[in-house]
Amino acid sequence: MRLRFRLNGRAVEVGVPPGRRLLDLLREDLGLIGTKEGCGEGECGACTVLVDGKPRLACLTLALQVEGKEVLTVEGLAQGGKLHPLQEALVETGGVQCGFCTPGFLMAAYALLLVNPRPSREEVRAWLSGNLCRCTGYEQIVDAVLLAAERMRDARA
Amino acid sequence: MRRRPIPAVKPADLGEALRYLAEGGKPLAGGTDLLVAIRKGTENPPFLVYVGELPELRVLRETAEGLEVGAALTHAELLAHPATARFPILRQVLATIGSPAIRAMGTLGGNLVTASPAGDGLVALYLLEARVRLVSAAGERELPVAEFIQGPRQTALRPGELVRALFLPYLEGQPLSFFRKVGRRQALVIAVASLGALVWVEGGRVAQARLALGSVAPTVLRPREVEQALVGRPVRPEAWADLVPLLCAATQPISDLRASAEYRRKVAGRLLLALAQALARPA
Ligand SMILES: Cc1cc2nc3c(=O)[nH]c(=O)nc-3n(C[C@H](O)[C@H](O)[C@H](O)COP(=O)(O)OP(=O)(O)OC[C@H]3O[C@@H](n4cnc5c(N)ncnc54)[C@H](O)[C@@H]3O)c2cc1C
Ligand code: FES
Ligand code: FES
Repeated sequence: MRLRFRLNGRAVEVGVPPGRRLLDLLREDLGLIGTKEGCGEGECGACTVLVDGKPRLACLTLALQVEGKEVLTVEGLAQGGKLHPLQEALVETGGVQCGFCTPGFLMAAYALLLVNPRPSREEVRAWLSGNLCRCTGYEQIVDAVLLAAERMRDARA
Repeated sequence: MRRRPIPAVKPADLGEALRYLAEGGKPLAGGTDLLVAIRKGTENPPFLVYVGELPELRVLRETAEGLEVGAALTHAELLAHPATARFPILRQVLATIGSPAIRAMGTLGGNLVTASPAGDGLVALYLLEARVRLVSAAGERELPVAEFIQGPRQTALRPGELVRALFLPYLEGQPLSFFRKVGRRQALVIAVASLGALVWVEGGRVAQARLALGSVAPTVLRPREVEQALVGRPVRPEAWADLVPLLCAATQPISDLRASAEYRRKVAGRLLLALAQALARPA
């Protein structure tokens, strides 16, 4: 099919089999390799992207499911050469070790802050429950989300 | 590893979708069950028909008798919609499904048609005595959820048919609602056992009760003997102790990777006492 959608703010049109996984479309056809494949079955969250502002797992999404939609991947977070506050905070708190899970956590956290700019520690933990990390023990990641949320609120104030 | 894409179509409207289904296509909504099953090789449909955005499957309509919920509405959409506030049990159950991404993708219709004995959405549908509204080229028909579900992963869905909506009749009075599931991992797991309940309490005693158990029988189970035996009991765990064996006897659990049958039966009994405790706590 000729698939039209918006990707990280830009209009995209590609020829793709409608049943191709969004994950393969992003990584192999469009070269956006920030989105990772961990389990391929919905269990690890490494492939989390945003579709129309909501979190979605690219390993369980077909190309035809994003027709006409707005897709945001980790490549779309940094603006004008400057890291997103979530990315900065993750680096500062030591929330990135091997980094494999990082794009998924970033996108899930980004989706949380869209609906809840002032989450509690418990809310952050619960929201990130679908993302697995084998390295950090999670607390640094939760710290980073809370820190970024605070800075984003300050920046808006 | 590169996998061959599965053939899939996105019909323009309901009529086109039904024609594709009549040709042997399989409905795809959120994909959180079906795409996993295809990957694991337990499902191998000739092609997929994406029904997740058909407007007819996305209605949410309040009538005088109840709420009609489109089959393709996602768990997250249902949790956020004001109309579901009249069904606290539905919200309680849906809030425990998967992770935020799974809730933003998965639909109530998909949870129903998957017909897993562990389906959490099903627990709410059994408690609310939901009616399944089906559509095909031949027209519409309606079935109670307990008749629609015929066994583990088996439903009364006919070839060429879609679940259009679920009808949830309003409840009389103000029952207390309860849902708890015991699983091995916090977020993503399919329960070892779950119990949902609607209990109408009058003057400290049970006036009426509906119970639904997940994962302890081939389908979600309404233990009618226990529901009836509860009527008139004070809401105190001590007063329910003799019902635990009755509840355990009603279950027909299996052993699998997640838990043994014996353990599941024990958990079900403990969940009944947890319900009594929750009700005894002054609201
Ligand atoms: C990581 C993970 C965690 C999960 N956690 C839970 C959990 O905690 N609790 C739980 O209950 N489930 C859980 N699930 C299972 C799943 O997310 C839910 O059952 C979900 O509601 C399925 O909906 P769907 O739209 O994704 O279905 P799909 O995968 O699109 O479809 C499922 C089945 O329903 C059929 N179908 C879909 N829509 C229709 C329709 N309108 N008419 C006819 N047939 C239809 C499809 O053909 C298919 O057979 C989990 C899944 C994953 C991957
Ligand atoms: S790769 Fe998609 S959830 Fe693990
Ligand atoms: S940093 Fe290695 S998996 Fe999370």
